[in-house]
Amino acid sequence: MAPRRAAVVGGNRIPFARSNGPYAHAANQDMLTAALDGLVSRFGLAGERLGEVAAGAVLKHSRDFNLTREAVLGSALAPSTPAYDVQQACGTGLEAAILVANKIALGQLDSGIAGGVDTTSDAPIAVNERLRQALLAANRAKSTGARLAALARIRPNHLVPEIPRNSEPRTGMSMGDHAAATALRWQVTREDQDALTVTSHHRLAAAYDRGFFDDLLTPYLGLNRDQNLRPDSSLEKLATLKPVFGRGEGATMTAANSTPLTDGASAVLLASDEWAADHGLPVLAHFVDAETAAVDYVHGEEGLLMAPAYAVPRLLARNGLTLQDFDFYEIHEAFASQVLSTLAAWESPEFCKEKLGLDAPLGSIDRAKLNVNGSSLAAGHPFAATGGRIVATLAKLLAERGSGRGLISICAAGGQGVVAILEAAK
Amino acid sequence: MSDWYRDMTNSAVLGGLTRRLGLPRPAVLRRHTPGDPLLTGPALVVAAGTGPLVAAVSDLLRADGAEVRFEADGERLAAVVLDATGAETPAELEEVRTALGPALRRLAPSGRVVILGRPPVEADGPTAAATRQALVGIARSVAKEARGGATANLIQVSDGAEDALASTLRFFLSGRSAYVSGQVVRVSPAEVPDAADPTTPHAGRVAVVTGAARGIGASIAETLARDGATVICVDIPAQGQALSTVANRIGGTALQLDITAADAPARLAEHVVERHGGADVIVHNAGITRDKLLANMDEARWASVIAVNLEAQLRINAALLETAGALKENARIVCVSSMSGIAGNRGQVNYAASKAGVIGLVEATAPLLRERGATINAVAPGFIETEMTAAMPFGTREVGRRINSLSQGGLPVDVAETIGWLAQTASAGVTGQTVRVCGQSLLGA
Repeated sequence: MAPRRAAVVGGNRIPFARSNGPYAHAANQDMLTAALDGLVSRFGLAGERLGEVAAGAVLKHSRDFNLTREAVLGSALAPSTPAYDVQQACGTGLEAAILVANKIALGQLDSGIAGGVDTTSDAPIAVNERLRQALLAANRAKSTGARLAALARIRPNHLVPEIPRNSEPRTGMSMGDHAAATALRWQVTREDQDALTVTSHHRLAAAYDRGFFDDLLTPYLGLNRDQNLRPDSSLEKLATLKPVFGRGEGATMTAANSTPLTDGASAVLLASDEWAADHGLPVLAHFVDAETAAVDYVHGEEGLLMAPAYAVPRLLARNGLTLQDFDFYEIHEAFASQVLSTLAAWESPEFCKEKLGLDAPLGSIDRAKLNVNGSSLAAGHPFAATGGRIVATLAKLLAERGSGRGLISICAAGGQGVVAILEAAK
Repeated sequence: MSDWYRDMTNSAVLGGLTRRLGLPRPAVLRRHTPGDPLLTGPALVVAAGTGPLVAAVSDLLRADGAEVRFEADGERLAAVVLDATGAETPAELEEVRTALGPALRRLAPSGRVVILGRPPVEADGPTAAATRQALVGIARSVAKEARGGATANLIQVSDGAEDALASTLRFFLSGRSAYVSGQVVRVSPAEVPDAADPTTPHAGRVAVVTGAARGIGASIAETLARDGATVICVDIPAQGQALSTVANRIGGTALQLDITAADAPARLAEHVVERHGGADVIVHNAGITRDKLLANMDEARWASVIAVNLEAQLRINAALLETAGALKENARIVCVSSMSGIAGNRGQVNYAASKAGVIGLVEATAPLLRERGATINAVAPGFIETEMTAAMPFGTREVGRRINSLSQGGLPVDVAETIGWLAQTASAGVTGQTVRVCGQSLLGA
């Protein structure tokens, strides 16, 4: 007997804010609680016990060791709803959804929420590593003298704190510089990147204007739309920007065609069809399958953000599908160049043969089906919250269409990629 | 916001001073909290004329746990019910004087005077019609003479509507009608569905409340939920955060919807059918003001007020009536009008137009709903203490608060309780009417 499929019932997120913007003083727990509460009120779940809530944050304070459970306790859900934290860099939100969906498919759960949150404004700041070592030594010391001796090793420069950086620990390079190297490798032009960016802004704005997000989003702290959204974005304006990643002639990546640092949270309600029917809730889509891949970017074998290019063909093969068998493609726009590099790789006979071991390339996709309501370049990208945004958006798109299939592809730090397939509910 | 003047006149230190100076003394009104008895003391039931309803009224009061007296013996009375449905000549009105006059002196704080009469339009000739209409003048004057937070209202009971009277009589006697005074409500013959428990009249019902994120709308949602309803709280997407908080607090759901959008009525109808299998109660509360003197009024101010306050109600009603299953049997629609829609208001030509329009809407829609067992009514709030009135200039606010028989502003819950009464299945006999919640304001009276 095939396992049952998890249903996507709906989603909720708070508008995404630019770093140090309206959410500058909102903690991860505040934002995740707000996203949960919006979801609870949309579906009338106040006081209800759900199977579980799985969510996470990429940038997390050590005090937030039980972030999701604390958010649940602060939400309108029943306190008897269990929760746990997930972290897979930018794949966190989608990975959380996969975890909950799999448990529902196995019959271990009837309902659950998957979510994610991130703030780059209220970021954790750690004490200097040498100060930390000195304090720990003092703590271990058994006599007052030994304690003073340990503390005496503290120097003024030890008071400089450790601030989280957007760089890969093993290469020391920023994610943007990694992506710039990949863009060069695939010869992705500045013009194509800017065009993708403008399209993202225009499509997101149009989706807002037609009320698409009325039941996907709950305003927060006075913000009603994604702060990064520029409905009047144009190729001419974007052409004036100087590159910020990569060097010299070949530098094509600007602040516009890369996602900005963003604050926000999202949550998705998943359930069995029976649970949804019992609660009078229509099903938007079903979770079909998912795959995660990782690449060796450390030794230069592959680009940091190219793992989805490997995950998708494995997922397609397992499900007997081709790349063209989709009505919607939701490819997370970490950088415009990431999306374009991935598409270029799938079109490349050499890449598909040598790296993927395929006889023929996966081929190209109909760009009209790509990120039809915009994506991260326009909405912004609070790392762990992006997966929930995309799952809910795609599920609603499929529900509106009434049939069809959608592909989700999200690249993540550490050379990882998380991909999934959703199908319209029948 | 707090009413500093009412608090002062009710304080131990300054209360006596205001009394000696002869200043108005607004009372702290009795309001309903769950578990309250219908009345806080005995009720006197008297008649002018033959008193055909005295027995039925007495039974109803006793069933609700109230003590009934037929003669006043000097004790404080929580209520006086005067059955004047048998009075058909002006001479019989003398009995109003003898029966009601002495009783008023013994009325307790927040006491209730309810006069029962017959509708003048159904009278058999000018003499009976004049007598029946005289009761309107009596009720409105008694409401003005009442002190200590007491109210007086007239219920016009059509011939054959006696069985449909209970929910209305109960409302006017209870703390739920704290800020409703000097009103005339007509009860027509109607099939009253099996009696719900009067303490939770909305149990098991689904209610839609527009403009539910704040103020009066949030109070309506809370009050309906308190009385048992599952509430779909609707407001514009920009109010989503507050809306979500209200919905979660009352165990309801939030629906972010701009009711003026072209597809909003269809989306709302589809939502109630898909998610709830239809709605029992629709409360059209959403409203905006965009004040300017007509000479300075621009098109945007005019259009937005008409669109939100009037057109949206018309379009939603039409969609709900057209969509199979959207309105359940015995559905109740309650619209929010305004004192401005009755009296007019300087600087509010657009608002008054929309709110007067609502009264017309209600009168014309009632006959369309009758065959479904459904009703539609409006409430017209007077000066209600909300964020909007708190933002008024001090002088304007104080005048607004005092120029009514209760010498104070009402609370959002007073509007909500009135809507809750009209929304009851038991209120089947009340339809096409506009009930003011204004403490008998002088404006438009």
